[in-house]
Amino acid sequence: MKHQASVASRLYGRLDDVSGEAGYAEHPPRVGFFTDTSVCIGCKACEVACKEWNALPDPDAGVLKLSGESYDNTSALGASSWRHVAFIEQGPLDAGAPAAGGLSPADVLGPALAGLASPDSVAPATRWLMASDVCKHCTHAACLDVCPTGALVRTEFGTVIVQSDVCNGCAYCVSACPFGVIDRREDDGRAWKCTMCYDRLRGGMEPACAKACPTDSIQFGPLDELRVTAAARVQELHASGVTDARLYGADPDDGIGGAGAFFLLLDEPEVYGLPPNPVVTTKDLPAMWKWAGGAAALLVAGVAAAFAGRRP
Amino acid sequence: MNSDCIVIAGSNMAECHPVAFQWVVEAKRRGATIIHVDPRFTRTSALADLHVPNRVGGDVVFLGALINHVLSGGHEFREYVTAYTNAADILPEEYVDAEDGAGLFSGYDPATRSYDNATWRPTGERDLTLSHPRCVFQVLKRHFARYTPERVQRACGISPQDFSRIAATLVSCSGRERTTAWVYAVGWTQHTTGVQHIRTAAILQLLLGNMGRPGGGILALRGHASIQGSTDIPTLFDLLPGYLPMPRPDDVSLERYLTRIPDTGFWGNKRSYLVSLLKAWFGDAATAENDFCFGALPRISGDHGTYRTVLDMIEGKIKGYFLWGQNPAVGSAGARLQRLAMAKLSWLVVRDLTVIESAAFWKNSPEIATGELRTDQIGTEVFFIPAASHVEKGGTFTNTQRMLQWHHKALDPPADARSDLWFAYHLGKRIRARLAGSTAARDRGLLNLTWEYPESGEEAEPAAEAVLQEVNGRGPDGRLLSGFAELKGDGSTACGCWIYSGCFAGGVNQTARRRPHTEQSWVAPEWGWAWPANRRILYNRASADPAGRPWSEAKAYVWWDAEAGQWTGHDVPDFERGKPPDFVPEPGAAGPAALGGADPFIMQRDGKGALFVSAGLADGPLPTHYEPAESPLVNALYKQDDSPVAKSYPDHPATHNQLGGAAVYPFVVTTYRLTEHHTAGGMSRTLSRLAELQPELFCEVSPSLAALRGLENGGWATIITARAAIEARVLVTRRVRPLRIPGEGVIHQIGLPYHWGSEGMVTGDTVNDLLPFVVDPNVFIQESKVATCDVKPGRRPRGPALTDLVMRYRREAGLEEDR
Repeated sequence: MKHQASVASRLYGRLDDVSGEAGYAEHPPRVGFFTDTSVCIGCKACEVACKEWNALPDPDAGVLKLSGESYDNTSALGASSWRHVAFIEQGPLDAGAPAAGGLSPADVLGPALAGLASPDSVAPATRWLMASDVCKHCTHAACLDVCPTGALVRTEFGTVIVQSDVCNGCAYCVSACPFGVIDRREDDGRAWKCTMCYDRLRGGMEPACAKACPTDSIQFGPLDELRVTAAARVQELHASGVTDARLYGADPDDGIGGAGAFFLLLDEPEVYGLPPNPVVTTKDLPAMWKWAGGAAALLVAGVAAAFAGRRP
Repeated sequence: MNSDCIVIAGSNMAECHPVAFQWVVEAKRRGATIIHVDPRFTRTSALADLHVPNRVGGDVVFLGALINHVLSGGHEFREYVTAYTNAADILPEEYVDAEDGAGLFSGYDPATRSYDNATWRPTGERDLTLSHPRCVFQVLKRHFARYTPERVQRACGISPQDFSRIAATLVSCSGRERTTAWVYAVGWTQHTTGVQHIRTAAILQLLLGNMGRPGGGILALRGHASIQGSTDIPTLFDLLPGYLPMPRPDDVSLERYLTRIPDTGFWGNKRSYLVSLLKAWFGDAATAENDFCFGALPRISGDHGTYRTVLDMIEGKIKGYFLWGQNPAVGSAGARLQRLAMAKLSWLVVRDLTVIESAAFWKNSPEIATGELRTDQIGTEVFFIPAASHVEKGGTFTNTQRMLQWHHKALDPPADARSDLWFAYHLGKRIRARLAGSTAARDRGLLNLTWEYPESGEEAEPAAEAVLQEVNGRGPDGRLLSGFAELKGDGSTACGCWIYSGCFAGGVNQTARRRPHTEQSWVAPEWGWAWPANRRILYNRASADPAGRPWSEAKAYVWWDAEAGQWTGHDVPDFERGKPPDFVPEPGAAGPAALGGADPFIMQRDGKGALFVSAGLADGPLPTHYEPAESPLVNALYKQDDSPVAKSYPDHPATHNQLGGAAVYPFVVTTYRLTEHHTAGGMSRTLSRLAELQPELFCEVSPSLAALRGLENGGWATIITARAAIEARVLVTRRVRPLRIPGEGVIHQIGLPYHWGSEGMVTGDTVNDLLPFVVDPNVFIQESKVATCDVKPGRRPRGPALTDLVMRYRREAGLEEDR
């Protein structure tokens, strides 16, 4: 069945059959990741499994330095890091010993993010949030929309991949991604990102990161089913008093038409380095083309008028 | 998974056992409360319902206070305690408890720093009302009475509020309907009082009725894959396979040796275990006439532990050293001493995956930099032999839960790399070939060994399955035995490790079974094989009441089926199948027949859970708090400050092994591991995927300690102890909290992961250089979880100036004048 979509839903808004819209008449159900950060133990097995399976390039041993950002030495998603576990430390600074060296605890850690605990306080609310980030495989993927060579394509599984043999390294996709996911490699200049292990999917296997995750923080499956699982998990957490639990990227009516890889977070998205209300950057493309078209027409008219005006 | 509460203490399970931790996550999902007691807020704490920071080295106070809470509040599982433990045993009048001995028990000899346990032996009388003033229950009550929440605060820095929250949760999650599990790892063991930490937890779990029941127990998480296997079929100097003790010089005959092992309970079958072992090792050469070659076994005359051995190397008593999968130049306490010792050897064989620090110390160690060692003056001939990794060979892992799991070879090892089995087997073959024809008595044992295993392939790889079959045991007809019940003491059976007997039952490699849990019962008996007899929970007779009925429907596990006249249930009953609950043993009976129908702890001579241990421990019948060898605090409970029996080694001019005082070394330092690395780093710092995840050694400090010492996040710090000084990057984190101790001020604790050394893709100073040689007297494990140090900003000095820094501190601490 050929899916009919308006120009608007091709670029923005709800879109229930993303593979059909991309032209796959027959296709498997859309698959995705549900990353439940409430059970992430920050083991980074996902990062390692991803790099191993996808044979991502080795880092340069000479530049391996401690980041100083908690246990996160990957720092961000990038052309050669397709999974990235963020570590966020929260809680009161200790009020322990009086400062002797002229520095206060807040000076050492930067501006105090929370009030100092009283020394007699019981079990301060320290939290260590961990979350494995990944390409969102957006329903409306700006990277794909802007790619001039067709290197970025929608697969039959509803995921978004880069065909590295077609990519010309223009980097339009890099600036188009609302999450800062896709990136170019410095050595070959081409753009790279998570493929959701397209080769494994073709072979009937789950992606390497989900396979390696020991606590099922990364769950893989048909997106419809994952959304149901995720909603139930949020309810379960709310019932057990974890009222901060919320989903991120699960809503098909959001600014990217819902993510193929969505998350259960325990705090605001900004805390994890995620944009709070991501919107596909090509949302306004029709309007932009309209304005651009108008401007071009005006230009043509202006030039014509100029030539016309030169006649004595 | 079946627990109502899981307390993780002395373990960072999520980081060090992430795969096992999935079941804690599952238990939490099912409603269990997860409590983590740890000096640092770790990745385990992040998923726990409650994290309570504590001072390293105060665990007996914390656990003892929980015991006190249970006993003084009458929260014990009374029926379980009366029937299944030795609470009713009456002690002799001569017994003096630490309560009355200022922290020492009767029988202490300060000259030898050891106990004579003659006054600890129960009289043989029992008081089932548990009210006799000298019964174990009452002694226990008195002993732990001084372990109060206030003292917990003073010794551990745990607030009374946090303490009572934990205590209340434990009590409410124990009993007929509910069970609590404790999980520990080397955070409890690597102390001079390591065995006592586990003993205290055992008492608590017995009092709460949490042993032998689903969701209960004490889980000992092992250091890495198959460390459980390496104690079952030991690499330990004082044990034979299956926990039989190593013979001593005065064990002049097999008969004499056997008198050292209990006659009653399942140890009563000791002769069949040992004779079958000797038959497996010496085959036809082992006969009743020659004591089954018992005389060929080595004898131990004292401490031959790794630390004693290293000092013997320094003193030139040891010529050669084999290192198999061990990297003491990084991974052992006093790593500096380990390197100095290896430099005194004639030869050293290192079998490992890559050229680790222990194979490269002669050209690239900190001592070369300081000038203490010079390459051209080291006489040690080092042989590096490349080893196959676990995926390059078949064999078993025996993990934490006593489960053997067979792994198949996935690919051939590269180049000259060979399996450990190949190396041991062919080395043995060559030695035996060299000795062939020798008539020397000392060679007879080696020549008599059964040393024929099928070989395959170009490399003549011996068959690992044949070894497992030998371990399983065979009967006189060559048939593979079905279990240890078939073993005989007359030489008609052979078995390489009695507790593993049955792992090849029916000629099937039971350890290779991988039936998914979805296709079998919830106990999953067909995944791998667990010793003994594929039992998944030890002492599970205790899951039923004395009459043989489950304590509750919720916790039903095994029970007595009166109609069938046997024990049955979800697991293999850990009890003689046909022995009824009301069985009363004949007076003078031996072996299993000496145990009653309601005596679940069948490896104990009386079948009772040991609240009070009258024999077998070097450091007293009841756990008692002693401060670590190096501590900023004095003992808040007893006059006796540190362990009276801890083993420290005589100082050697080169060792810097004395302990430092708190005046010069004011902070507590503790060491640990990270998920991203494997022990001494040989398997992780050499791999880019792992090395990049934690590229540099760091120390974790609280914001206030950072402020106190001027340390900056991401900058450098130098950490100094009485042994050494190292440098590390600084990670300032609110996950490490200073502890405010009433009357003492603030205790700062510094955390150091110990994975780095001088080889590999990422390198760094070796944390184990900081630690002394001081060990637990029972099992000779080093106190690597706690020492005292100073910390200052900046990198450490280079060259001889590094030694100067350490010496300056030592002089200030008065350690140099002691000479």
